[in-house]
This record gives sequence, C-alpha cells and structure tokens, in this order.
Amino acid sequence: MKIIVSALVVGLVLSGCTGGGGLLDKEDRVGLSGDGSFGQGGNMEPGSIGYFQNSIGDSVFFPVDQSSLTQQAQAMLDVQAEWLIENARSEVLIEGHADEQGTRAYNLALGARRASAVRNYLVSRSVPADQLQIVSFGKERPLEVCSQESCYSQNRRAVTRVSGALAG
Amino acid sequence: MQKWMVLILVVFGLVLPLEARAAPLKLTLTEGVIQPIPYAAPVFVAENSAAEDWSAKITALVIRDLNSSGLFREVSKSKYISQITSFASPVQYSDWKAINVQALVTGAVTISSKDQLVVKFRSYDVFAGQELGDGLQFVGTKDRWRRIAHKVADSLYSRITGESGYFDSRIVYVAEKGPKNAREKALSIMDADGENYRPLTDGKSLVLAPRFSPNGKQILYTSYETGFPRIYLLSLANNRRQVLENQRGTMSFAPRFSPDGGAVVYSVTKGGNTDIYRLVLGSGQSQRLTTVPSIETAPSFSPDGRQIVFESDRSGTQQLYIMPVSGGDPRRISFGKGRYGTPVWSPRGDMIAFTKQSKGRFHIGVMRFDGSEERLLTASFLDEGPTWSPNGRVIMFTRETRGAQGSSGLYSIDVSGRNLKPLRTPHGASDPSWSPLGK
Repeated sequence: MKIIVSALVVGLVLSGCTGGGGLLDKEDRVGLSGDGSFGQGGNMEPGSIGYFQNSIGDSVFFPVDQSSLTQQAQAMLDVQAEWLIENARSEVLIEGHADEQGTRAYNLALGARRASAVRNYLVSRSVPADQLQIVSFGKERPLEVCSQESCYSQNRRAVTRVSGALAG
Repeated sequence: MQKWMVLILVVFGLVLPLEARAAPLKLTLTEGVIQPIPYAAPVFVAENSAAEDWSAKITALVIRDLNSSGLFREVSKSKYISQITSFASPVQYSDWKAINVQALVTGAVTISSKDQLVVKFRSYDVFAGQELGDGLQFVGTKDRWRRIAHKVADSLYSRITGESGYFDSRIVYVAEKGPKNAREKALSIMDADGENYRPLTDGKSLVLAPRFSPNGKQILYTSYETGFPRIYLLSLANNRRQVLENQRGTMSFAPRFSPDGGAVVYSVTKGGNTDIYRLVLGSGQSQRLTTVPSIETAPSFSPDGRQIVFESDRSGTQQLYIMPVSGGDPRRISFGKGRYGTPVWSPRGDMIAFTKQSKGRFHIGVMRFDGSEERLLTASFLDEGPTWSPNGRVIMFTRETRGAQGSSGLYSIDVSGRNLKPLRTPHGASDPSWSPLGK
C-alpha cells in the first residue's frame, strides 16, 4: 500500500513540473510568480492577501473537540495580528470548522467556539474588534476529504479570511 | 390539501358488531420480534375499461406500502384458490384460510364521468370470517393516484394495527451533489416513499436541517444565504421565505416548531457561545432559555408543548437534558458511555430518539423521556439526525459513508430495531424531517 501511495505522489510532482496544473504546481505558482489576482501589488508584496495566506498562513488547527489555542496556533496568530494591524482591511472573517466526526448542529457550535477563540486572541493582540467577524461552517466545508485523522486534523481549523481593499 | 379528494365512508352491507367476532385480527405492536401478518390483496377490480391500468398500479402501490412496513407479508397470487372478479360478491373465507391468509383486501377502481379515480376497498379478517371495518371509498383526480393508494394502505395499516399509518406523508430534506469539500445542498421535498421529488431551493446557498411545521404548510431551515447561518421560514404554497433571526454578529440554526406551530425553538451563537432561544411567531419576541457558557443546541418540544429536550456539553461532553418550555433548571437524562446529541421527542410522547457517538461509531437510539430503557437501533461510520414517522413507529435518519468518496443517504428503521432500509433518492440526501400524516 505504501509503495503505491509514494508512486502517486511522485506522479503528482512530475505532472506539476511539466505544467499539467497539478496540485503542487498550483501552489508553486502562488508562491513564486503570482498573477496579481490577490489584490494590489501581486503575491510577493507583504501587504497582499496572497502573502497573508501563503507566507504567514491563514489557518490554525485544533485538537479533537477542543477550541483552545495551541502554542503553535498562538505563534501564528501573533504574526497574523501584526499583519492585520499594519494592513487594515475592510473585511476580516474568521471561519471555524470541525471534522466530520460529530453531529451537525454541535459541530456548528464547535466551529463557532474555534472562530471565537481566534477572534478573542487577535483582539487581545490589539486587532480592532469591530474589524473581525466570525462564522462557523461546522463540518460542512472540510479541507481534506479522507476519513482518517490525517485529514481530520486539517479540518479542525479556523481560517482568517481577509478580503476587500486596504482601509484608509 | 383535502380539496381535491372527497372521502366518503360507505357501509357496504351489514357489519357485525365487534363483540360478535371470534378472534379479531389485531397485530399488537410491541418492541419485540414481530411476525409479519400474511395478507392477500388481489388486483382491484377495474369496473370500467378506462380503469384497468389504474387498478393494477394502485393495487401494486398499496402492496408496496404495506410490505415496506415490515409488519405485513403479501401471500403470492399464485397460491390463490379463488379469484376476486366482482367487488360485490361474497368472500369465500375458506379459500383464503386454506392458504393461510389472515387479512384480505378487495378493491375496485372506476373512472367516473368527471374523469376522476374512484377507489373502493374492503378488508376482511379471514380467520374470524368477517369484514374488518367498513368499506371505504376515495375519490380524486388521476394525478393524485399515489396519494389515494397511500390512503388505502394507511387505512388498512390502521385497521390491523390499531394505530394510525404513515404512508400518506412527505419528507423534507437536503439533497446533496458534488464533492465532499464543495458539496452543493438544496432543500428538497418528496413523498415518504421517495417519489415526487421536487427541489425547493437552487443549491447556491448552503442549507441545513429543514423541519416541517405541524400543519405541513411551512418549513423551517437554516441557510447561509447572507454568508452566515440564519433560520428561515418557507411557505410551501407560494415558495415565499422570510428570515426569522438576522442579528449582525450572530448565527442561528437548529430550529424546530412547537407542536401548535406558534413558536420556534432554535440555537443562537453570540461571541462563540451557543444557547437556546424561543421565538413566538408573529410577535418577533424571542426569549433566551439557557444562559450557560457551554454549547446548548438541537432543541425539540415534547408533544404537549410543555418541555424541551436538547443537548448540552455542560458536563464536558454532549448529553441530553430536559427543561421546562420557559427555561429553568434542566434535568440530565442520558448517562450511558459516549456522547448523545440531536434528541427528538416521539409524536406519541413516550420516547426520545437521538444520535449517540461511542468508540468511533455512530448510532441512532431511543430512550424513555426519563432516560431509562436506552436501546441502540443502528450502528455505522456515521448515522445521525433521527426524525419520527407521524405515528411514532418508524425513524428515518442520515447515514454517511466513510472516505473521500463518502456520500449521504436516507435510511429508515422500525422502532423495534427491525426493517433497516435505504430510501432511494435522486441525489445524495441528508437531514430528513417527516411531515404529519396526510400533509
């Protein structure tokens, strides 16, 4: 089984390198060249949304049924907070998500707890509270689709979505 | 809904008084093992040539309904000793007794001069040698033939079990299309047997957990139309919808009607905390019923409207609680190992159905409203969200399969734990809500 999986990964990388539009190829382009679609200045501009998403990182992850922030999450949110203060945008929406192992309504409430934990932390780091809205998608919008912990751990997340023009 | 159909009670001849019956046919529904009742339903007699196609279709659907309940077993037509060629002729009980038929149904179909379907039927208790109830007649337009057949099946179900049926009912649910990480969800409605599917929303906005109103005319549901989950009230007659809660900075979800249809209970999330609220429709007045920092959600009224069962993780994990309808001290009712959610009070009032998570599996279960007699009816990778048939006999729920290609579908099971079966839907399906009978 392991051999097959590795072969698949190699396949993906190869198709990416030959410009087939594979997953890795796409990520490379976002990081290296950019197509200017992420707002002013292209992706390498430190004030761009692309930079926030890819160089800082827009997602923090949570343990099972938890909404407390790990040290790793806090470290990322510290950098997010600095960036958000420096590059105040009109709209910042924090999305909370859960993995599929829970009932629908509970997962909505759990995702809201996660989004709220991120919001509270950013506010504690001086990001203006009125700039930050939260929403929960519960288990409705997983990032990864397998039914294993390797995917679940990626799905238990809060994503800081920045949009709109630079304020001021 | 009744405008198109006239129900006429016709007494065909003399009905013996109840006391005179030797051993009246009666299936007593318990939670134990049930032996399905053997019955025969010869093809209803077509009383004019225009009725021929209809009589075959209607008889087949009556049989399909009865068999689907798991409570009845049709005796093969190849075993018949006598044939029913006239609705008026007396029944030869001995011929049916000989092939061990306990209940016999005879019927006739006519197309009237107004081009309407006229369906008559009689039922017989073969071993007691007498008619079971009176002859009944349903009249309706041809396009409603399925409803007429369901009504015939409901009448038969009711005569034999002593309880109301559930075949003439509908399901509102969420139809699902597309990959797991970008699933398109549309509010949809269909008959309880999966026919007459019709989408109610276009699938552009994520929708969740629709619920029927007690009169069957409205649907409560949650939609992300504004980008945030909000509860909406949809009127089925004109497809008009209105948002019920629209406070900036909050989310609202998990709505359910009160039994009189005049109020709604639901969850509101403010600042990351989820509590239960009650809104009196028309007044715009909402009352907060829980005020703790834990998650309180999935509220459901008792059938008398006086209590609310809900889930809360105030103890550390999801458990079930019951509180008075105006709020106040909740009483915990679930104490087994695992997590309990999505409680729904049975329309009979005696049981609560729920979702249980234990050791990485999901179950649909039932317990008494005092928490006793817990029984798990199903087990799978992911079962959730039970809804009761209008007679409180069958539970429908969502089953999701595991993996990247996993998808959702609807299943039903008898409250006894028997007769688990999938309901065929045109797309993936989740979050079913059963309508009241005849709505």
